[in-house]
Amino acid sequence: MKDFLLIFRADYNSAADFSAEEAQAMTKRWMDWIGSIAAQNKLKDRGNRLENAGKVLQPNNVITDGPYTEVKEAIGGYSIITADSLEEAVELAKGCPVFSRGGKVEVRPISILP
Amino acid sequence: MAENELIPHLFRTEYRKIIAVLCKYFGFTHIEVAEDIAADTFLSASEMWGMHGLPGNPVAWLYTVAKNKAKNLLQRESLFNQKIVPEIKHSTSSSSQLDIDLSDANIKDSQLQMIFAVCHPAIPAEAQVGLALRILCGFGIPEIANAFLSNKETINKRLQRAKEKLRTEQVKIEMPPASEINKRIDSVLTTLYLLFNEGYYSASGDTSLREDLCFEAMRLTYSLLDNKQTNTPSVNALMALMCFQASRFKARMQEGEAVLYDDQDTSLWDKELIARGEHFLNLSSVGNTISKYHIEAGIAYWHTKKKDSHDKWEQILQLYNNLLIIEYSPIAALNRTYALAKANSKQEAITEAEKLKLENNHLYHALLGELYTGIDNIEALAHFHQALQLAHTASDKKVITKKIENISV
Repeated sequence: MKDFLLIFRADYNSAADFSAEEAQAMTKRWMDWIGSIAAQNKLKDRGNRLENAGKVLQPNNVITDGPYTEVKEAIGGYSIITADSLEEAVELAKGCPVFSRGGKVEVRPISILP
Repeated sequence: MAENELIPHLFRTEYRKIIAVLCKYFGFTHIEVAEDIAADTFLSASEMWGMHGLPGNPVAWLYTVAKNKAKNLLQRESLFNQKIVPEIKHSTSSSSQLDIDLSDANIKDSQLQMIFAVCHPAIPAEAQVGLALRILCGFGIPEIANAFLSNKETINKRLQRAKEKLRTEQVKIEMPPASEINKRIDSVLTTLYLLFNEGYYSASGDTSLREDLCFEAMRLTYSLLDNKQTNTPSVNALMALMCFQASRFKARMQEGEAVLYDDQDTSLWDKELIARGEHFLNLSSVGNTISKYHIEAGIAYWHTKKKDSHDKWEQILQLYNNLLIIEYSPIAALNRTYALAKANSKQEAITEAEKLKLENNHLYHALLGELYTGIDNIEALAHFHQALQLAHTASDKKVITKKIENISV
């Protein structure tokens, strides 16, 4: 079993358009999806959302506003799951609600330092 | 109470009080001394009361006799005079008078401290439950063997090893320091939860013994609530959970057979216990931390409302999602899938169930049997038959057999 980092990317500005019901429905979908992974005993860390604020620090101490170069692919949050292979991890990532917002999930194996 | 019932009843309630005070006095190093004195006291009681009838105040009689036996022992045995008395002189601030304090306050304090000592993380969980039943609840070895579906020799060995562990780890009978107390409370709650479970799910056929186990777990949990230091949200949540589950005791068994929730006669549900559970659930909803006991209590609360509704099952589903995120368990995974069937759809639940990979678990197959019923009865029967193969208790086998009989192919 290995740990995999799931990085959720989407256009988070569109979230402002959600009505109360849509937001609630979205929450349910996330909970059901994470719950599904947890039910398979494959959830390592539920993770967190990232706030919209942020800065980027570049060489020569250049600081720019905003963490993203492409607005549509801003990282909105992360979770950590466990699986036997990258293929299995990708399989677990299916059904993630981020897709309904035109987003994507990046699945990266974590290399644990000794 | 009839005379022949009085001694067993007193044994249960007073043995544990006397033993708590004596254990605290003598320490775990000499726990057998405490047990001998307590047992001796009750032996004297059955002899004397048998010959001369009941004393006016049986409890006071027991306490006086226990105190005297302890004093006599200390004065008689030179070994104790050389080794224990100096130790006690150092640890107690009171006079050199050998004073066994059996006041209500000291009994309460000693019992609470004993709970922490017995539920010490150094002892394996299973042994903690056995030791709790013996020392904290005053259960006899045969009763404990019955509850665990074991035999006296095994139980005795288990308790001996546990007491030895208490000695070698030098576990003190005292309140844990403030820095440790939350962690230690967690340990205690795990044991009390296990103890309650023993009664609730036990395969033992003795239903009144099983009820006793549940009520003992509740009594011990209540003693945590009774002390400000140990009255935490989690403890209130566990208390709520136990009240809710215990409320259905009378309805769960009819003529020795298990009655499933949907078939239960709700007039047999104990409304007072449900109300008390709600009271503790309210008390538990303070602070920022949610424990698994909070979530389980929430789920149990919903189960006290028999009426099916979409909202009920959606709430239960989300509670299970949250429970699994905190801590995985196969039972929670299965129950979550059932809630999913009710809140979302049977088909979705079947897909989810098959991801669980719990093929050696009879409840897994029972769930799939349930979900496939009405959708694919052949598949349903296959799963129920698997469940029947894997089931261990006669009660479970009966329930599954009935399910099989009710399916028409």
